[in-house]
Amino acid sequence: MFAYLVRRLFLMLVTLFGISVVIFFLLRIVPGNIVDILFAAAGYVDPADKANLEKELGIDQPLIVQYWHWIIGFLRGDFGYSYVSEKPALQEILPRIPITARLAGLALLFSASIGIPLGVISAVKQGTKLDYTLRVISLSGLSLPSFWLGLLILTASVAMFGQMPIFNPNPKTWLEAFATYAVPAAAVGFRSAALTMRITRSSMLEVLRQDYIRTARAKGASDAAVNYHHALKNAILPVITVIGIEAAFLIGGLIVTETVFNIPGVARFLVEAIRWRDYPIVQNLVMFIAVVVVFANFTVDMLYAVFDPRIRYTD
Amino acid sequence: MAQKSDIVLEVKNLKTVFFTNSGLFKAVDDVSFTVTRGETLAIVGESGCGKSVTALSLMRLVPDPPGRIVGGSVTLEGTDLLALDEAQMRAVRGNRISMIFQEPMTSLNPVMRIGDQIVEAVRLHRNISSKEARSIAVEMLRLVRIPEPARRAKEYPHQLSGGMRQRAMIAMALACRPALLIADEPTTALDVTIQAQILALILDLQKELGTGLVLITHDLGVVAQTAQRVIVMYAGRKVEEASVEALFAAPKHPYTRGLMASIPAVPASGVPAPARLNEIPGTVPSLVRLPQGCAFAPRCKLAIKRCEAEYPPLADWGGGHLAACWRAEEVAEVA
Repeated sequence: MFAYLVRRLFLMLVTLFGISVVIFFLLRIVPGNIVDILFAAAGYVDPADKANLEKELGIDQPLIVQYWHWIIGFLRGDFGYSYVSEKPALQEILPRIPITARLAGLALLFSASIGIPLGVISAVKQGTKLDYTLRVISLSGLSLPSFWLGLLILTASVAMFGQMPIFNPNPKTWLEAFATYAVPAAAVGFRSAALTMRITRSSMLEVLRQDYIRTARAKGASDAAVNYHHALKNAILPVITVIGIEAAFLIGGLIVTETVFNIPGVARFLVEAIRWRDYPIVQNLVMFIAVVVVFANFTVDMLYAVFDPRIRYTD
Repeated sequence: MAQKSDIVLEVKNLKTVFFTNSGLFKAVDDVSFTVTRGETLAIVGESGCGKSVTALSLMRLVPDPPGRIVGGSVTLEGTDLLALDEAQMRAVRGNRISMIFQEPMTSLNPVMRIGDQIVEAVRLHRNISSKEARSIAVEMLRLVRIPEPARRAKEYPHQLSGGMRQRAMIAMALACRPALLIADEPTTALDVTIQAQILALILDLQKELGTGLVLITHDLGVVAQTAQRVIVMYAGRKVEEASVEALFAAPKHPYTRGLMASIPAVPASGVPAPARLNEIPGTVPSLVRLPQGCAFAPRCKLAIKRCEAEYPPLADWGGGHLAACWRAEEVAEVA
């Protein structure tokens, strides 16, 4: 187990290194840098001024040197300064993380706590009206992009209540905090819930055919015990995999959702930073997201062993 | 004949049908039998003859849809199981009547410890603490002769061999000391050497606990070793019933005779083995389109006009030896 963990950790480092290279060079391929963007608005400018600013920001140096400076700084915890606000990048990023984390966490919570039970119900009631209804709803969840759903929610709330939910940066009570995040989290979590439901359903249908389900019934176990205790425990692995992948995929969904609902989280901030070619922000933020995704995958793999005793990570 | 009070299970005119796309078929058609305390009743027949559906009907575990029990009665210790509601039936299942299945490899939940699965069976029916249930579980594993039962109880099914898993299944089935145990081909999936051990174990425990046993098998060798009475089923119907001695001495139904003839005999030394095994020509008919008369007639060497036109009733040929054949008297002579 220990050797496995060491090997796994090493592979994670290699992955993160690869990601750092990709982010860095992709960002440089995008035409223009912050200096071009700033000066383009000003009409004619002295090329010497431009060169001076580029030199000041260090973006006149060869790419490999720039990469080296960034990665060494990153490893030492020095994330540089935002080109736009001129504040330390860390100061810009850190306060926004909890907002996005809460949103993503709540969306995943919705997706698991709604998707899994509905998937079980749909499988147990296979072929009934309830099953068809749930499947149609989940299909709509998969086909509705989260930004569109978000817009619909906003439009509907304006039409019905004459106002729209406004982001409250400093909720005083738990309820207020929940109310602040629930609507956008539902908009972005609907898709994940639909996907989770479908995976749970198909996985459950597979498991419900197994001999040990009949054994459980022969023991005198109730339907609830058979479905949730015996079957779901066996059907949960593919669901965990999907939720793990969704956790990573969610970031993409959040970018638009944060924009639509006007939430000052990292996802929307990232898009802004890309627009300004704010290299220190983009690079470090994407690296941070990459670390989260890599660890989410690692957690999923570890959860396999928790849920299925046949899976053991040996050396 | 057994005393009335000794009767554990009485099945009368049981009918189980399946509704499929190609039509309705009678998987179990008008089957009756009784099992007394400590007795072993064997149900024999080819694949698809209705043995397993009979067993599942007794447990009321026939998958519905497509299957349904449409008639008859199943009386266990004086209670008609078919009249119980689902909650009452759950209290009986695994408690007064339990079942061992054919596939030990897949019949245990792979993500639950063996001990926990037995504990669950016990606690579903006994109001006891999980600690007490755990000690019963270990005791049951000891009873089915699993070495180091306390350690094995903490293991998962994949850590046990096929024979061990079937022992664990038996331990689970007997944990609540049921009045009736149904064993559906309990040894079919096991190695030959293990088969004998498991059969011996089931019989020992049956004697020890006084359990009635319904043993479902296609293996007449197993029947001869274990059962006191035998039912032969064909196409969902009981075609013959007799004590083991009577059945093996003089089968009255040509189908039973055919089954016996298909057992390969070990030839005496010096005699060349027959080049080809005996078989019953043809296959079990589709249950959706059964012939009007005897279902076995198309495969029967003795079949006459009457066999194709009229279904023969079960008749008593003496000493409780029942057979449903128009030509039962001739069967013995043909051999």
